Amino acid sequence: MLKIENLHVRVEGKDILKGINLEINAGEVHAIMGPNGSGKSTLSYILAGREGYEITQGSISFHGKDLLEMSVEERAWAGVFLAFQYPVEVPGVSNIYMLKAALNGIRKHKGEPELDAMDFIASVKSKMKDLDMDEKFLYRAVNEGFSGGEKKRNEILQMSVLEPTLCVLDETDSGLDIDALKIVSDGINRLRDPARAFVLVTHYQRLLDYIKPDFVHVLANGKIVKSGGAELALELEDQGYSWLEDKKAS
Amino acid sequence: MSASNENIKDMIGQQYKDGFVTDVESDSFAAGLNEDVIRALSAIKKEPEFLLEWRLEAYRHWLTMEHPEWAFVEFPKIDFQEISYYSAPKSMADGPQSLDEVDPKLIDTYNKLGIPLEEQMRLAGVAVDAVFDSVSVATTFKEKLYEAGVIFCSFSEAVKEHPELIKQYLGTVVSQYDNFYAALNAAVFSDGSFVYIPKGVRCPMELSTYFRINAANTGQFERTLIVAEEGSHVSYLEGCTAPMRDENQLHAAVVELVILKDAEIKYSTVQNWYPGDENGLGGIYNFVTKRAECRGDNAKVSWTQVETGSAITWKYPSVILRGDHSVGEFYSVALTNNYQQADTGTKMIHLGKNTSSTIISKGISAGHGQNTYRGLVKIGRKAENARNFTQCDSLLMGDQCGAHTFPYIETKQPSATIEHEASTSKISEDQLFYCMQRGISAEDAVSMIVNGFCKEVFKELPMEFAVEAQALLGISLEGSVG
Repeated sequence: MLKIENLHVRVEGKDILKGINLEINAGEVHAIMGPNGSGKSTLSYILAGREGYEITQGSISFHGKDLLEMSVEERAWAGVFLAFQYPVEVPGVSNIYMLKAALNGIRKHKGEPELDAMDFIASVKSKMKDLDMDEKFLYRAVNEGFSGGEKKRNEILQMSVLEPTLCVLDETDSGLDIDALKIVSDGINRLRDPARAFVLVTHYQRLLDYIKPDFVHVLANGKIVKSGGAELALELEDQGYSWLEDKKAS
Repeated sequence: MSASNENIKDMIGQQYKDGFVTDVESDSFAAGLNEDVIRALSAIKKEPEFLLEWRLEAYRHWLTMEHPEWAFVEFPKIDFQEISYYSAPKSMADGPQSLDEVDPKLIDTYNKLGIPLEEQMRLAGVAVDAVFDSVSVATTFKEKLYEAGVIFCSFSEAVKEHPELIKQYLGTVVSQYDNFYAALNAAVFSDGSFVYIPKGVRCPMELSTYFRINAANTGQFERTLIVAEEGSHVSYLEGCTAPMRDENQLHAAVVELVILKDAEIKYSTVQNWYPGDENGLGGIYNFVTKRAECRGDNAKVSWTQVETGSAITWKYPSVILRGDHSVGEFYSVALTNNYQQADTGTKMIHLGKNTSSTIISKGISAGHGQNTYRGLVKIGRKAENARNFTQCDSLLMGDQCGAHTFPYIETKQPSATIEHEASTSKISEDQLFYCMQRGISAEDAVSMIVNGFCKEVFKELPMEFAVEAQALLGISLEGSVG
């Protein structure tokens, strides 16, 4: 589904990613772990197409297409979804309006008709119930005045409504208490599907207690320094990142 | 974020759609202003003596007045002798008695603007008075309104048919000496709309006036007078467009609203005069005096305006809250793009006890646009427990534009409660990226964010106008969700 080859990225003259190689197949869950400043968030932004990053080398293909040639919206239409570390507030625009605009944007691109308003609302409401979100959130402005946990739940709600094929979750566990973490993880687990892949970007192992990854990659100094199965995350929990960073330096 | 700025520019920089010229023969006065011009104008309109005298008093006073320079707008000195003060399509000279007799070219003009005048074709149930240059060409649904006791007609017709009402109310809210442009308007106003809602009547339909400037080098000076008798209610809408021309044209209107005890007027404006081109050439100077007076207890007036057109907008729809418990509201969206300038706001003059006012102003500046909010909240000595809430928000797009806020507050009553909130923000890259990542195109994302910014004002507009206003800001509202 996704193939990253020798990706080099520079931001404001500084090399952040220095040769990333990663292949992700449908149905897989990959965790990207690493210390602060290792380039984890940069990688998620690159996948979503954010401006301000200079790609100096390498390529990314998504479903056989050149992802780097696609605009932000085109990537969303093609099935890329980024759950933001810091979801953005959009004053005056209700959650339901934005959800509908987004879903219809995607459906229009696929040549599908717009959803019937009643069916749409009913489907959104049932998804909110799963995430333990009050229906009143539909009519509140997007993320405005939401608590950290509410914002993260709202990201998962958007993800479940838009049904992307590649879900990139950037530090979704940050700022969540244990109950919220469980609700959000359950929401993500419900979306696991043979046709869908996940990239979980996280600093801590605790998210992986709830969402079991198929692969764990450690990112340090702009490179993947180690890859393994779910057990690698536990090793990191015990030993921290420094042994890997040192290894890379040697 | 250059790409997004391009998107924003495309979105607001859409071509002015109503810039065509209607090819009709007109009877116009030669340019110039003196007492003879005013006498000739009054004679064409077969006005009673009192009105001519009133015009002349205004003119003589105007001659003694200085052009006001305090607004935060810049334009070359206007030569008032270069303007023609009257222009009417020739076909209107004999005064068509019904729509069938109106020049099809005029009807076609309004059709092009989306304002069909044929009553049987109208589904919306909105009565329209169509003002073309200096005259009213048609007023629809007159008979149906008359059954309810409502008078809705052109100002000229009201002068002929209801001179006693005109004499009683004309100039009682905005006097013929009020200010430079109001005095000029009083001297040379050519037409406009008149509305009278009798005691206890709830007007059965929305009333609307559609102003169109067509002739070149002509000023448009119309006057609107609305009287809401005790316990009555009316919702009134006005729209404005003009052809694209390289010369600036002056539009100096006066609107007077009289609201008696327990009555309510809701007055909505979507102003889309030609704004000039992207280099600031041409466009309408929109210098308007609008004022409402709540004369009785529990009277209520609400001004809602969406100002997207005009090279310069300079106006302050105001409310005099004389009756106890009377309520004044002002909701405004003003957008300035390219070299447009707007200095707009309101005045809330609290005189009665327990009066309250609300001001919500949203300024959007793009290109080299300059957007100024100027507002006065004045609480008189006897206005016990008066309350005001003001919120002024500015949204900037790009780094060449400006937003300015000048709130004035004067209070002589210690029990008054006055709140003022102000904010200035930019459409952030984060917001755009977030919306686009969800599959919303850049253009729709900008529209959605701007729409969200203006939401508190748009919700005050009648449905048809809200749609037009959103379309004007380049916003397509799919469905009515949210």
